[in-house]
Amino acid sequence: MADYRQISVAETDGVTIVHFNDQRILDAGSIQQLGEDLFKLVEEEQRDKLLLNFADVEFLSSAALNRLIMLDKKVKEAGGNLKFCDICAGIMDVFAITRLDKHFEIIEDESTALAAF
Amino acid sequence: MANESWVWVLEERIPSITKEGSATLEKLLDALRHQQWSDQDVFAVHLSLEEAIVNAILHGNEGDPQRSVDIKFHVAKTHVRIEIVDEGSGFDPDGLPDPTADENLEKPSGRGVMLMRHYMDEVQYNKRGNHVIMVKKRVGGSS
Repeated sequence: MADYRQISVAETDGVTIVHFNDQRILDAGSIQQLGEDLFKLVEEEQRDKLLLNFADVEFLSSAALNRLIMLDKKVKEAGGNLKFCDICAGIMDVFAITRLDKHFEIIEDESTALAAF
Repeated sequence: MANESWVWVLEERIPSITKEGSATLEKLLDALRHQQWSDQDVFAVHLSLEEAIVNAILHGNEGDPQRSVDIKFHVAKTHVRIEIVDEGSGFDPDGLPDPTADENLEKPSGRGVMLMRHYMDEVQYNKRGNHVIMVKKRVGGSS
């Protein structure tokens, strides 16, 4: 398995579960690394069922949203499935304001999300 | 602004390096928390300021570390005023495509100004577009 700096990766029943190492997905350098880590899952490891768990993420900017959009595109192009779960209310507002709550598949909790794959 | 009663003021000039922007941003957030602003208000200021600083650094100054960003924070008991000036040629903030339009949802860009306008009570650009003033009124927390 590749080394990741911004994420922790586990697998359950063929679904790759991703946790974020930082509570605040912030500066440009971290976001770029985050993007690289996430894209690696799809492009190098050919993982096609991804669940991003946002538990403990309390802040993210539009730059991080952009990486998520790019990840979603890569997953779709690979014929895979991407879901998000455990998003706190404040971050959920950001998704709603940008209408990205309609673009991404967002599920309340991890167990429900896993069952949905 | 001269008649305002500011409880905390900071003016800095930083190079166009995002880590420098983050460090300056944290100083304001610390000040707001010290003034017992609510988590909700701090989040709103944090997100708006992050977007504005990154815009100034990466778009306005094109990421050139030789170019500077001037940042001013003025905190009163009831509101915070933020000014950010970059050295770029500017842009038209009213000419941006709507990032929430169906055809733009998949675009990995263009949401920063919208988020600033949503979370702040006032967002004003100068005519050139390289100078923004934002104001957030305190809603929650003790004042």
